[in-house]
Amino acid sequence: MEFKRKNIISIAELSADEILHILDTASSMKEVTSRNMKKVPTLKGITVVNLFFEPSTRTRSSFEIAEKRLSADILNFTSSQSSVVKGESLSDTAKNLESMGASIIVIRHPMSGAPWVLARETSASIINAGDGRHEHPSQSLLDLFTIRQVKGKIENLNVLIVGDILNSRVARSNINGLLKLGAKVKLVGPGSLVPDYFEQPGVKIFYNLEKALEDVDVIIMLRVQKERKSLEYFPSIREYSRFYGLTGENLKIAKNDVTIMHPGPINRGVEMTSEVADDSRSVILEQVTNGIAVRMAMLYLTASWRSNNL
Amino acid sequence: MKTLIKNGKVIDPSQKIEKKMNILIDGKLIKEYPGNIKELEKRKDLKVIDANKLVVVPGLIDIHVHLREPGFEHKETIRTGTLSAAAGGFTSIACMPNTDPINDNASVTDYILLKARTEGIVNVLPIGAITKSEEGNQLAEIGEMYKAGCVAISDDGMPVTNSNLMRRAMEYVKAFNLPVIVHAEDTYLSDDGVMNEGKTSTMLGLKGIPNASEEVMIARDIFLSELTGTDLHICHVSTEGSVRVIREAKKRGVKVTAEATPHHFLLTDEEVYNYNTNAKMNPPLRTSKDVKAIIKGLKDGTLDVIATDHAPHSEDEKNVEFDIAPFGIVGLETALPLSLKLVEDKILTISQLIEKLTINPANIVNSDKGTLKKNKVADITIFDPKEEYLIDKNNFYSKGKNTPFQDWKVRGKVKYTIVSGKIVYKN
Repeated sequence: MEFKRKNIISIAELSADEILHILDTASSMKEVTSRNMKKVPTLKGITVVNLFFEPSTRTRSSFEIAEKRLSADILNFTSSQSSVVKGESLSDTAKNLESMGASIIVIRHPMSGAPWVLARETSASIINAGDGRHEHPSQSLLDLFTIRQVKGKIENLNVLIVGDILNSRVARSNINGLLKLGAKVKLVGPGSLVPDYFEQPGVKIFYNLEKALEDVDVIIMLRVQKERKSLEYFPSIREYSRFYGLTGENLKIAKNDVTIMHPGPINRGVEMTSEVADDSRSVILEQVTNGIAVRMAMLYLTASWRSNNL
Repeated sequence: MKTLIKNGKVIDPSQKIEKKMNILIDGKLIKEYPGNIKELEKRKDLKVIDANKLVVVPGLIDIHVHLREPGFEHKETIRTGTLSAAAGGFTSIACMPNTDPINDNASVTDYILLKARTEGIVNVLPIGAITKSEEGNQLAEIGEMYKAGCVAISDDGMPVTNSNLMRRAMEYVKAFNLPVIVHAEDTYLSDDGVMNEGKTSTMLGLKGIPNASEEVMIARDIFLSELTGTDLHICHVSTEGSVRVIREAKKRGVKVTAEATPHHFLLTDEEVYNYNTNAKMNPPLRTSKDVKAIIKGLKDGTLDVIATDHAPHSEDEKNVEFDIAPFGIVGLETALPLSLKLVEDKILTISQLIEKLTINPANIVNSDKGTLKKNKVADITIFDPKEEYLIDKNNFYSKGKNTPFQDWKVRGKVKYTIVSGKIVYKN
């Protein structure tokens, strides 16, 4: 199967087949990363720019490792949030990077839709590494990859996403991806963070964690995002944790073989107790490992579109 | 100098006229012509406009325009804004005070009117600020601005949040009989939102502005108008709830009028898909349910006026991330053909439409324009209701090219715009 996309900007625009194609490609990449010699020459001579307008350690590191394993030339371009408003326009930045020979731009940006501005303004391929509250496709793809690895399938699973749904790009990407692959999604969190607008066929909204946990196969915990003003939506971390924190106790309500996931970094004692984070059913570190393979697949497929079409 | 407009279909809702007739302009004024056109046409100093198959209406009036001068001349100037108005068939436009400096004192009003007299193409009716610097703390010198020529007061995009100050403003303007014009928005509820709050904003991860943000403020201002007895005009109504509240208030006899913009009766928030910043305006594009309610409000008279909220921005300012793009689109050169769709769709009669573009807005700002009555100043618009074309922003006279209607197929082309008896635009 040929990958027919120049950019990977959102899960919403991918078909189920395209998602599976990326996941399958990621499986072969994972095989590469388990070799002694972890490097392949696939992206040799291709310049990849990591354009990060938001502080990020793990996503950026994960992309960078993925790029190195594929032998790409890497340019890291990090810019603070304030320069987004004051400095050079995104469109000018894009044109500059293109003039430097960038073929693929991996962008992380605090504003939803920013990757579209890049895609409009350059001929480079754009990979979205998280835009505002919109989407975080690589995180969702690695979540789907991990679920498939642990459960053997995604169809008909009951997946619960817990926390700040409103401000979460991980939630948006995962809702899209899970529905496309046939899972059922439950959302739970304080009413101020789980707006009704998320309701659609296949998605159910809860405000009570215990009720939501019934019959659940997979739990995706979201981080309380202090930088996205989560605290304007609920009274205190303490109260949040009391009603929406995952503990050894309430975890018993879910299925015995429930899988526990978290995009990281974890606020221990807030979203989940340490007991839960370190539980044998937690796959949080496996997610990190899989992230590299999934990002290699995204880079590889985008690059192959370029060699086939340009 | 006399001008005869002959054989046109004249529509003047102020006199309930809708028939084929001739109009004579003598100097600056509209005059009755002697019965025999043949006699008249022999005169050498007579200019004749053959308006056969064309529609002749009082010059259109837009009471919601941003002319950007002084301060933002890269977006628009009084020259280009009034050229744009003339090309759109508007002979009078009221300009909002959010310039730099803000029109919150008579010297700025004087400057605007001086520029309009020397460089302007159509009549400019300035609107003064309600509060100093539109900061919502202290009343601006409203009386002075009235003396200088302001026709209304408004803090437009910076709504007065302090209800008591708003009450004082409404009471204070009684001495000058000025209407208070409001962009109704509870900015706390809007909470830095950038588009309509709903399914689309949720999908796009953009912060939403709920309908209630507009509705609660309209309700407040209606009650304040009731308390004070002052004329209240509500800008760019965008939600179903707003229409409902205004309709109910009118039924109770509150002195409230309201306007709708073409984009709010033609477009929904789905235009924002792909983060199109030319679909970013405030109030935002809403849902089809709201669009239907606005159309109904136009039909039953709840919404008195069609205004554009003409808000030019440079292309560089719009070609950025959606969150930081400025709100607003241009409207002067697209309003008439877009509004004619309401006639084509049999929602309004042509006469009802012209009423909302002429005599109704004139009445709101206490102007004697918007009519073809004899001895009135000859502000006249002549258009071809049938001519079909594609909207092309590159042909706009406005400096702003920020329109969501690019390449729309529309019908209705302005042929002549006449201000004070002079042809200022001809196509």
